[in-house]
Amino acid sequence: MVKLAVVRTDSDLEHTLLSGASHINISRVSHSFDNSRDGRLDVLQDVSLDIAPGEFVALLGPSGCGKSTLLRLVAGLETATQGTITQDGHPVTAPDPSRIVVFQDPTLFPWRTVWDNVALGLQAQGILKAEKSRVDAALQKVGLQDFAKSWPHQLSGGMAQRVALARALVNNPKLLILDEPLGKLDSLTRIEMQSELVSLWRKNGFSVLLVTHDVEEALILAQRVVIFSQRPAKIISEIVVDRPYPRHRDDPTLTGFRHEVLNQLGLGKNW
Amino acid sequence: MSLGNSPSFVREHTTPEHRPRLAAAGSAATLAVPLNDGGTAQSGAHRRASLHWAGFNAVIAWGVLAAVTLIWPNKPAGFEDWAYTQELGILGGAIAAVWAVLALAASAGTSRLRWLNRATGVFRLAAPWLIVFPLLITAWEILTAKLGILEPPFFAPPSGLIDVYANDTARLADSALNSLILLLKGVAWGATVGFAIGVSIGWSRAINYWVHPLLRFLGPLPPTALLPITFFFFPSSHSASVFLIALATGFPVAILSWSGVAAVNKAYYDVARTMGASSAFLIFRVAIPAALPQVFVGLFMGLGSSFVVLIVAEMLGVKSGLGWYLTWAQGYASYTNMYGALILMTLIFSGLISLLFAVRDRVLVWQKGTVKW
Repeated sequence: MVKLAVVRTDSDLEHTLLSGASHINISRVSHSFDNSRDGRLDVLQDVSLDIAPGEFVALLGPSGCGKSTLLRLVAGLETATQGTITQDGHPVTAPDPSRIVVFQDPTLFPWRTVWDNVALGLQAQGILKAEKSRVDAALQKVGLQDFAKSWPHQLSGGMAQRVALARALVNNPKLLILDEPLGKLDSLTRIEMQSELVSLWRKNGFSVLLVTHDVEEALILAQRVVIFSQRPAKIISEIVVDRPYPRHRDDPTLTGFRHEVLNQLGLGKNW
Repeated sequence: MSLGNSPSFVREHTTPEHRPRLAAAGSAATLAVPLNDGGTAQSGAHRRASLHWAGFNAVIAWGVLAAVTLIWPNKPAGFEDWAYTQELGILGGAIAAVWAVLALAASAGTSRLRWLNRATGVFRLAAPWLIVFPLLITAWEILTAKLGILEPPFFAPPSGLIDVYANDTARLADSALNSLILLLKGVAWGATVGFAIGVSIGWSRAINYWVHPLLRFLGPLPPTALLPITFFFFPSSHSASVFLIALATGFPVAILSWSGVAAVNKAYYDVARTMGASSAFLIFRVAIPAALPQVFVGLFMGLGSSFVVLIVAEMLGVKSGLGWYLTWAQGYASYTNMYGALILMTLIFSGLISLLFAVRDRVLVWQKGTVKW
């Protein structure tokens, strides 16, 4: 299932500058792990997906199905057993700061202050001295400029995840890869962070690939929700969420979508 | 709920959630206030004037030491009288006088003098020890010099120690210096090489394959067992001892650096790699800082075993140092000198451990509040 036409459903989308966004093409990707005990473990099966520049796509599926593996492949942390992944036409072979992952755990470096954590990418690329102001700007974006000198252990879960977000944003990514970034937050912080994510995306204009197993979260955030099967994961179907932002949880269209998605996942009766 | 995304909106929502955490972090400082005075003076929590009983008891205890030493005559021990008995008594009296001043200051409440507040703060904390310590010294003086129950030459009164430090200063200082030089050379080599080996076997599978079995096989061998061989192979007993001390320090440092690097959360590498980190960055900016807490555990263990090797090496082969001084004193049956050297050794070794703790606290400042040991 390759979608080439961009579904630009969002009429009030602020960003028009899409030069900062990547076009990602995942073409017939299969992946398996060599497991010495059970032989090969197939995780992904013939997955094809196209993410238009600036598009927000959510991947939804049962936990352990292999969505996160797909993210690692897109990030370049691993190479697919079969198939190709391209970024703006170039094959993805290694990690690159234009595609940044935010993981479920903030994975802040505990030996670095908040500021130094956010500066990580610029330092790794050797441009920190020249680009210091980008660190302050990234902290400003997530509202943590006052905590630049704090240590990670002094932060709450929500704040730590915000720092992780700032650490990603400082690299000016063209694709933001989110691996259940809000999965471990309490529900109130989660709602707050969801709206922050939407506004950051709309301001910065990068493409977003989000893995989640929260149906509501996927519908609130994404323009397109792609539903995966059990392992080995293949795409079952996708839903274009044709609703303007900001979205509201009680929107009847979203509620309808939600029912449909749960049906697809075989949970319709439990709703 | 609006989707406003101005920084002020965000900040409004983040501040309250953060506040309790910062308060918790700040509470360590609050707890420290009674020790350091200045904060109390400003916050208005003045100490009221009230007699500081523990302080005056310390004065009495030191007074007892002075009185017993000066008034009670020494038991004749078959040679001329113990030297420095009077000096010990005067010293005890002088210390009692200093404590009297501090006890009065502590009783008077918070003073306007910062240094005096700091001094009374430390005095309050130390008061119980300042009572027990002079009483132990007094008991020691009574058992040795006054009653002669513990007899020379195996036992000496505290005044005998003063004798040693006053009359054998040069030899003791020289020994202490030589021990320190030897120890620091060995520890520096051992820590550096052990750290490098540990990090490389933690990082590289190939190095791990070849070096790990050697380390596992040779590591548990006590370096002191190698003493005779190394004294034979090395050009001097000094270089042989440096090698053995380095061996004793290096083994635990290598093992713990290795386990520290091997235990680094793999997600840290993923994060750094997606941001464009090179291998050098992954080693020096991710693996090593993450492993440092473990490395310090190794350093503490290594320093501890280096003391053992130092003293044994000096007793057996090296012709200077505190270990040598011990055997030398034994040869002359001057046990008082031996006690003097032992006390000096204790001070130096515990000083080095404290120094390492201070370095650790400085380097691992980010651990403050997460780890306590």
